[in-house]
Amino acid sequence: MQRVAIVRFPGSNRDLDALRAAERAGSEAYFVWHRDTALESADVVILPGGFSYGDYLRSGAIARFSPVMQAIQRHAADGGAVIGICNGFQILCEAGLLPGALVRNARLSFVAKPVDLLVERTSTVFTSAFNRGDRIRIPVAHGDGRFVADPPTLDRIEAEDCVMVRYLPAGPGIESNPNGSDRDIAGICNPAGNVVGLMPHPENAIDPLQGTRDGSGFFSSMAAWQPLAGRR
Amino acid sequence: MSFRVHVRVMPRAGLLDPQGLAVEHALGALGFAGAGRVRIGRAIELDVAAASRDEAEARARQMCDRLLANPVTEDFTVEVED
Repeated sequence: MQRVAIVRFPGSNRDLDALRAAERAGSEAYFVWHRDTALESADVVILPGGFSYGDYLRSGAIARFSPVMQAIQRHAADGGAVIGICNGFQILCEAGLLPGALVRNARLSFVAKPVDLLVERTSTVFTSAFNRGDRIRIPVAHGDGRFVADPPTLDRIEAEDCVMVRYLPAGPGIESNPNGSDRDIAGICNPAGNVVGLMPHPENAIDPLQGTRDGSGFFSSMAAWQPLAGRR
Repeated sequence: MSFRVHVRVMPRAGLLDPQGLAVEHALGALGFAGAGRVRIGRAIELDVAAASRDEAEARARQMCDRLLANPVTEDFTVEVED
């Protein structure tokens, strides 16, 4: 059974949602405090959504220096899996584990609504349960969700097949790019596919009561993942 | 010695600055004709203990590189008070 560590920062607020989503997928999930320096033999680390350190200075800027982040850097370098959701994505970019940055939404307002996504890469720890080209609907809730990078970096991300999910182009009945992200990017991964970040909240789309279960695939992918032997 | 340092962090040229645009539109709506290219950044003041002005500036630049500015999206300037 996968061991899934969910990191709590002061200001995290989707930590319990992430725990429940991981448990529902059959993983053994537990919380790790941001001052901890050990991940307790985690296979997967989830950096949940929220407003770590009140988003002071820049979203994720202060959280990236938390003691637990050094352990997460080592975990990722050893091939362990890491997913940053929303504020977690911002932290991964600030920490340099993923390229680019997330800045204020183009229309300035906080957006909280379902969005439509295209799954573009399935060879990651968190998207193997999907098919390339799947269209899924899961919610966003963010004020600083506009993914930006310089054009050479964006070209590299695309060339390395590291766009994991993209907002669908505007159309009838489509909830498209809600924040002005470059190239409609909603989630990216590293080339190996073990470190991923996404702005939408799959943990809030796992039950019919939430309007959509399209987020479940991220957690079932994770639960089915086989970590490299001997990692622990 | 301690030096008063002024750091100015600005969104990188070419990056859409929606706050600057919103303020530019608001200025126009208030009748301030001719206000353009508004950009909004952040000013940070801090005291830096150092043996010299140059050392204070160098340390402040390191602080910018590591924390105060995001090299992906922002540029910064550092000024040390005499």
